[in-house]
Amino acid sequence: MLTEYLFFDSLSSFFAMGGHGLYVWLSYGCAALILGVNFISPILTRKKIIKDIERQMRRENP
Amino acid sequence: MWAALTRLYHKLGSPKWFYEITSRWSPWFLIIGSLLMAVGVVWGLAFAPADYLQGNSFRIIYIHVPSALLSQSAYIMMAVAGVVGLVWKMKLSFVVGKVIAPIGAGLAIMALVTGAVWGKPTWGTWWVWDARLTSMLILLFLYMGIIAIYNAVENEEMANKAAAVLAIVGSINIPIIKYSVEWWNTLHQPATITLTKKPTMAPEMFIPLMLTIIGFYCWFAVWVFARTRNEILWRERRTNWVKKLLASSAQGKNNAH
Repeated sequence: MLTEYLFFDSLSSFFAMGGHGLYVWLSYGCAALILGVNFISPILTRKKIIKDIERQMRRENP
Repeated sequence: MWAALTRLYHKLGSPKWFYEITSRWSPWFLIIGSLLMAVGVVWGLAFAPADYLQGNSFRIIYIHVPSALLSQSAYIMMAVAGVVGLVWKMKLSFVVGKVIAPIGAGLAIMALVTGAVWGKPTWGTWWVWDARLTSMLILLFLYMGIIAIYNAVENEEMANKAAAVLAIVGSINIPIIKYSVEWWNTLHQPATITLTKKPTMAPEMFIPLMLTIIGFYCWFAVWVFARTRNEILWRERRTNWVKKLLASSAQGKNNAH
């Protein structure tokens, strides 16, 4: 089984990271936030652009 | 041969072609990048052994090194896009340069923050004004300068030129970042990976790092493509192909309802 290659012997020791939990999870949290923004931001922009174009088209030839 | 090259050049400059081809490529980059990231992060966080000196805080490497590396690669791509735009007057090239700036800034922030958080348990301090850290901070300022140019300069042609020049001049900072750990005394450890030497890390620590690095590059392609397609959509909004595209996607939505 893959689990026997796990470095940590319990979930709590995994979260504790040998006392470095705060640092490890803080940096992974920051990375997840920025990566997430990079994925979501262009999707929101695209929606807004399509709405703007459609509004413009309706205004010009109703 | 020459004819094929000029054909490729004209294709690359064509917004419609870029829009269509990247729409087809993006899902693959997303799938491959996500797989690599998932395996690399889980391996690095849960399976890789702890560092004999730094303990478990070394696991920050699996996001710190990819973000630092990619923020520099992205800068070089932005500078190259600037050169292509200035020399061959390729509009689309300027667009690619423009959309890289905010992505690169985010990656530089990620590298700086994860580095600071890693520095605290390792060096006992969040920040020192040493060569590597300072030159990375300058990289972030260069990205922000380019974003500021696009926000401040109304005339698009002027903004493109100014941003391209800043990107090109600022690329002098890239070798400074790279060699900062060799040229100056620094707290920062020397390069983890080099192309010329065998890795000094154990393979069970090194392979997940390679996975997250390649994963970051795949995701970067997805982000650049998506943002460039947005710019193309707006610029080409009066063309027939965009109108047709929007009409067909609106049709699809109506049918779904």
